[in-house]
Amino acid sequence: MYKLWMSIYKEVLLLKRDAGGLVILFVMPLVLIITITLIQDSTFKTATETKIPILLVDNDKGEVSELIKKNLGESNSFEVITSQGGKSIDEAFAKEKVFDGDYQLAIIIPEKLSEGLKEKVEENVTSIMQGVMEEDTVAVEPSVKKEAPKEVRLYFDPASQTAFKTAVKSTIDKMISQIETKTIYNAFTEQLGEESVAAFNQESYISFKEIVPMFDNKEMVPNSTQHNVPAWTLFAIFFIVVPLSINIVKEKSQGTNVRLRTNPVSYATVIGGKTITYLIICMLQFYLMLAVGMYVFPKIGLSPLELDGTFALMSVVALFSGLAAVGFGILLGTVAKTQEQSAPFGATSVVILAAIGGVWVPVFAMPKIMQHIAKISPMNWGLEAFYDVLLRKYTIIGILPYLGLLLLFFLIMTAVSIFYDEKKRAV
Amino acid sequence: MTDPIIEIQSLSKKYKNADVYSVNNLSLQINKGEIFGLLGPNGAGKTTLISMLCGLIKPTSGDFTINGYKYSNDAHAIKKIMGVVPQEYALYPTLTARENLMYFGNMYGLKGKALKQKINDSLDYLGLLKFADKKIDTFSGGMKRRINLLAGQLHEPSVLFLDEPTVGVDVHSKAVIIEYLKQVNQSGTTIIYTSHHLAEAQDLCSHIAIIDNGEIMIKGTPQEIIELTHNAHTLEDVFLSLTGKALRDHV
Repeated sequence: MYKLWMSIYKEVLLLKRDAGGLVILFVMPLVLIITITLIQDSTFKTATETKIPILLVDNDKGEVSELIKKNLGESNSFEVITSQGGKSIDEAFAKEKVFDGDYQLAIIIPEKLSEGLKEKVEENVTSIMQGVMEEDTVAVEPSVKKEAPKEVRLYFDPASQTAFKTAVKSTIDKMISQIETKTIYNAFTEQLGEESVAAFNQESYISFKEIVPMFDNKEMVPNSTQHNVPAWTLFAIFFIVVPLSINIVKEKSQGTNVRLRTNPVSYATVIGGKTITYLIICMLQFYLMLAVGMYVFPKIGLSPLELDGTFALMSVVALFSGLAAVGFGILLGTVAKTQEQSAPFGATSVVILAAIGGVWVPVFAMPKIMQHIAKISPMNWGLEAFYDVLLRKYTIIGILPYLGLLLLFFLIMTAVSIFYDEKKRAV
Repeated sequence: MTDPIIEIQSLSKKYKNADVYSVNNLSLQINKGEIFGLLGPNGAGKTTLISMLCGLIKPTSGDFTINGYKYSNDAHAIKKIMGVVPQEYALYPTLTARENLMYFGNMYGLKGKALKQKINDSLDYLGLLKFADKKIDTFSGGMKRRINLLAGQLHEPSVLFLDEPTVGVDVHSKAVIIEYLKQVNQSGTTIIYTSHHLAEAQDLCSHIAIIDNGEIMIKGTPQEIIELTHNAHTLEDVFLSLTGKALRDHV
């Protein structure tokens, strides 16, 4: 036990002497978590202060285009620009600006849209009304004038992501449907006379409501912080792979590994010293990031991280995730021959594990094959365990399978390292 | 009356993908209290032999015992009575000399005041006490060699393996190291040492084996092997006579 303590002390000393390394270990994860949450927050928040500037070319100058402008303005997502330098913008200008990447989107409202829509709806309504009154009057052929369909054109920056385009198209589609519906209602109202207005209730009959889980009589509405802090904390924890593998590779290149192998100290003690030290680092990183989520985020306009009594369980998940990360680092350090091998491989593999683990894109949104692969990623186990605790309010029993997998991953990684080390001695 | 501490029987080592054996059916006995020099040209098999004796690599065939222990059964017992001074500076560059020595002393089970005293005395003897709290990466090559030696010897092992302990050091450092090794030997440690410095080996070693192509060419006291070799007056004459003058560069 004394040798283990001394090994831990030595590892702590080595870390202490590497000031740059320490800064990277603690400051970079904080920068990461703040940056990512700020970005994610402004992307997905509904009531956001960040408005996307878009160009709107109003060739209609009628009731419909006014409604579109009004709705877009009220959506809080867009800043609608219709003129530049006191002059109304035209389609050619808008197209050029958007395709050059100066704006994400341009909406071109066609000429006589309001007039055309009104005429088309009125003709349809008149035709229906004549049909209804056929029994009482002499049939007259309705004089339906074929109105060519109008087209609202959208120009997107070629660099716009599909998710953004889909969201915008869906919003505009919904807006146009509402305007059409309203116009139809108005046409019927006019045809039937003012006394029938009460018959047309324009309020939506079908609506939807998100039912959120309740805990302690309090609604649990997850915000971007609740999603981002666990995900990116896990990502940062796994980055321990890089300094740990470098530490092991350095021992080989310095020759201290030779000395340790000829000392009466087991490889388990040597690995144990590293495991405990780097696990402490992981936990410190974790607590630091929790503290940032709880106390710094509100000060920079982000939603605070609310643990709601899950602190202990979150710590358990962090501990087991840290173990898995340390195990991976030990294996990488044991197998790699140089720092040039271990550092880039470690960093890249952590990014890949994060990607397949669902840190960037939710697993349910991945292709089927990737969803299966995600299930064998330790980062996915850690992430799911974090979400189970923080968002789904699982108890320790509920997350035991994930904790077991993370522990098993650590044990396998360590066992393979010891086996590989033994095998290498028989060169 | 001889009292063997190392007994090697038909030891061989062939590296994976190698065409020839690095150590080939080698048998040797080293007695307690000896300073045994393993000499040979580059690639002769010296480091491979020492690495096997230190448990760093496994033999292809053959066997050996250290103080009656075998690695297969008593690896821990062997490691406790053995000290190793590798050819590289096997030290943590960002730790001080004292921190390095404390750590490696701890790994041998030493602790407390006794270890601190031993470190101070040894550093003093090797002229490094005033640099005890300086980081290793600020040391010269000669200073690092002396700390490297101390790190393998702090626990006063029964057998001390040294792989070229004076390579790349100046005359003064070399003299201090050789003097220290003589003192260590007098206090009861058997020393097995490899070197390319034949004059140094002739001065230091009580017994010598010249090894080439993984086999022992000759062994005995320096005087004996000089006398056994025709027209030889020094170890260098013996060495060149047995191993030839051709360069041994290889990859």
